Amino acid sequence: MNAPAYNFAYLDEQTKRMIRRAILKAIAIPGYQVPFASREMPMPYGWGTGGVQVTASILGPDDVLKVIDQGSDDTTNAVSIRKFFAKTAAVRTTTRTAEATIIQTRHRIPETPLSEDQVLVFQVPIPEPLRFLEPRETETRRMHALADYGLMHVKLYEDIARHGHIATTYAYPVKVDGRYVMDPSPTPKFDNPKMDDCAALQLFGAGREKRIYAIPPHTKVVSLDFEDHPFEPSRTPKTCGLCGADDTYLDEVVTDDKGGRLFVCSDSDYCGERRGAEKTA
Amino acid sequence: MYVAVKGGERAIDNAHRLLAEKRRGDPAVPELTLEQISEQLALACDRVMAEGSLYDRELAALAIKQARGDLVEAIFLVRAYRTTLPRFGASEPIDTGAMEIRRRISAAFKDLPGGQVLGPTFDYTHRLLDTTLAETSPSPSPHPSTVIVRESGRSNNNDVSNETDTEVFTGYPASAGHDESVSSTAAMPRVTDILGDDGLIEPCLPGDPDVPVGDLTRAPLTFPAGRDLRLQNLARGDEGFLLALGYSTQRGYGRTHPFAGEIRMGEVEVEFMAEEVGFAVPLGSITLTECQMINQFRGSATEPPQFTRGYGLAFGHSERKVMAMALVDRALRAGELGEERKAPAQDEEFVLSHSDNVQATGFVEHLKLPHYVDFQSELMLIRRMRAEIATRDEAREAAE
Repeated sequence: MNAPAYNFAYLDEQTKRMIRRAILKAIAIPGYQVPFASREMPMPYGWGTGGVQVTASILGPDDVLKVIDQGSDDTTNAVSIRKFFAKTAAVRTTTRTAEATIIQTRHRIPETPLSEDQVLVFQVPIPEPLRFLEPRETETRRMHALADYGLMHVKLYEDIARHGHIATTYAYPVKVDGRYVMDPSPTPKFDNPKMDDCAALQLFGAGREKRIYAIPPHTKVVSLDFEDHPFEPSRTPKTCGLCGADDTYLDEVVTDDKGGRLFVCSDSDYCGERRGAEKTA
Repeated sequence: MYVAVKGGERAIDNAHRLLAEKRRGDPAVPELTLEQISEQLALACDRVMAEGSLYDRELAALAIKQARGDLVEAIFLVRAYRTTLPRFGASEPIDTGAMEIRRRISAAFKDLPGGQVLGPTFDYTHRLLDTTLAETSPSPSPHPSTVIVRESGRSNNNDVSNETDTEVFTGYPASAGHDESVSSTAAMPRVTDILGDDGLIEPCLPGDPDVPVGDLTRAPLTFPAGRDLRLQNLARGDEGFLLALGYSTQRGYGRTHPFAGEIRMGEVEVEFMAEEVGFAVPLGSITLTECQMINQFRGSATEPPQFTRGYGLAFGHSERKVMAMALVDRALRAGELGEERKAPAQDEEFVLSHSDNVQATGFVEHLKLPHYVDFQSELMLIRRMRAEIATRDEAREAAE
């Protein structure tokens, strides 16, 4: 039996060029969803196939890769994707945010501010911010073309009318460069302000839905809101049980079945760095 | 030839002989045993048991062999046997909380009492063809017991430590000084119960024990169907159909904001109340997979916002099936929860009427049967209508 051979970073070079063209177009039109010929990948759809294709297309032998899921490097899916690139591209991997040149993420933006030498690659399940208001792609593309975002504002208004505040806590819609309304992927809205004027290039890959979009460095990203109901990033009002941080996004860990809870930083690298600094100080 | 369907007794016999020959394949290749199917195509057996609604691995393996690997055909064979079996009664309700766990994960919490037990899973494998499997190999030496319980407070679970190849992740450093007094009697509490203690999720009230559980194999399904019949229908329903419907809810057609609160797989004891002896007699244990989806609910005029539930349960290791089932179960509760019903997955009559693959395959494939009497009458009609139009056109041309 002939053993199949795989290219550097799994994808063939033609596919990588096709994806890079989509990425360049996405950078040229910030927040616009560029359709691309997404490939079948050796992990299931919905598990990061879009992010993996973007990473595979921009990855070079000298890159240092960090992969996080829920903010943490040791989450099962992050481990799996990191191992995938370590195996197929033999690149150096790291858990340290500052050391990485490419960071692939699911559901979080690192707490440590990113630099212009870094690229943040988001895994995106549903790229269309209007999808849950209008399930048909033919309609939503027309709405974007006409910048017809009234429906989104009505939805946010209805939330306020019914609940007293906007009841969207993650995948909170943003407007990019004053033009396209964009889904930031299911990051908690706590992370939305980090996207604004970010020094790093932010790339978004949705494999199953076959879309790539981007936020170029130092682009204006505004979370949708109203003058009398301004956007508020939210976090659990606790401090981290490990490093004591009171300004990070926290995970709630169930410690027993009698109501016991422990709150810890979701960004495990940030938390670890803080504890390391404490010890050496 | 198709014409042979009419009076084609010999043709049918020949076709079935040919089928038997094709089923066997090249006689130079050794024949499959039921043990091989049951051991090495275990998930196929699980699906046939689940959708065939009959917990018998050996019969499932036989059906798969007889059906040449066509699982819907195998399910059909099992169903056609099951229907002939006498019914003694219903078992006592099973307790999945007391499950002997082989796999248990929650996507809603990073860590929880009992830990995340991955068990045997395709998750996080890279789908790269493994050419070493192309050759048969001598049986590998059994793995040493690789129970890694990284947190002393969690090591008190006998179910887990009995298991080889099980790794319990606790997800955060062992230095976290948290409460270690985990009750050994409640080593694997259900995630939904943990949320339930805080009143954050709707309660799941037990049914009235005096009301018999419905059975759609013994009484025709009527609408609206109760929860018992809905879940029975979905548990027997086609995995592919439920998967597509569940997927559609994730893409905006009846969205329910789901989180996989918990998926657990393992062995559960089945008991039967024997009237003669006056107590419940254990019948044995069966493998089950259970999924509890946690879904959003915005609240109503009378109720505060809280999470709602979608439930999936199936025989065997049937994870895709129970997850899809839980999504569809929750979508079908739209009416009950006061949500607008507009997507296919929310339409009870549509979903429950079309979920059964034995019914579906029968009716779709019946189109292969001769229909020439009906077709002849259609032919006559279409010819007559065309002739009428032609006559009318001629008459109009003549008039012009």
